[in-house]
Amino acid sequence: MKSRIILFCLAFLVWVLLTWPVDPQHLAVGIFVCGLAAFITGDMFVKRPHAFKQASRYLWFLYYTPLFIWECIKANIDVAYRVIHPDLPIKPGIIKIKTKLKSDTALTFLANSITLTPGTMSVDIDEDEGILYIHWINVQDQDIRKATEIIAGKFERILARIFE
Amino acid sequence: MNETLGVIFIVIGVGFDFFGCLGLLRLPDVYNRLQAATKCVTLGTCSILFGLILYKGFGPAGIKAVLCIIFLLLTSPVAAHALARGAHKSGVKLCKGSVCDKYEEDKK
Repeated sequence: MKSRIILFCLAFLVWVLLTWPVDPQHLAVGIFVCGLAAFITGDMFVKRPHAFKQASRYLWFLYYTPLFIWECIKANIDVAYRVIHPDLPIKPGIIKIKTKLKSDTALTFLANSITLTPGTMSVDIDEDEGILYIHWINVQDQDIRKATEIIAGKFERILARIFE
Repeated sequence: MNETLGVIFIVIGVGFDFFGCLGLLRLPDVYNRLQAATKCVTLGTCSILFGLILYKGFGPAGIKAVLCIIFLLLTSPVAAHALARGAHKSGVKLCKGSVCDKYEEDKK
């Protein structure tokens, strides 16, 4: 039940922002549609509703956002440099890294963060053993432990505090 | 002032989008191309939308731009991930200069 209420609130927030400025007609339709969606799919959305109450998770998320944007900008300059360089300095390969994160949301965010940060893109994930296969445009180290430290080290600790 | 800043961000965004497309043409195989396509095009488009927010302010258009940025950041890596995984499953090889392919080794 709690999961449904959380989903309803989030969906309704997105609906209100989409139909800005606020108008009673839109609100009525929104309540109906969000209620239907929350009723049908609500029990799949959140597995642990109590996690939404802990304030420290939001603070860590606020810390994570600027870090992520900075890495994202660095990634872009890196790719742009490789693309316009006449010799095309790439050394691609698929390596694997091992992560300690367990929950679905945390793994999704880790994979997304890896994709948007310099030179790396997640290809597949082995949930049982916590192994991610990463395509790296400039392979620096094929060893699983060192690669984990280089690629996921920064994000893993913060994401563990937000989602685990 | 805000309008000038907005136009600057839009120009930066168009620039990054251009590099992304150039990467699509120049890089050798599907995985490298996806790298250029996801990174540059995501941030380029986000930058254009951010420029729009500065230009228009937080009116109806600005708020929709914020939503677009959030959904782009959430969905475009997932799309790239699905494409790369699908390409690898259907047997697309890495390009010639590739160093290693641990995924292929593990699949056997």
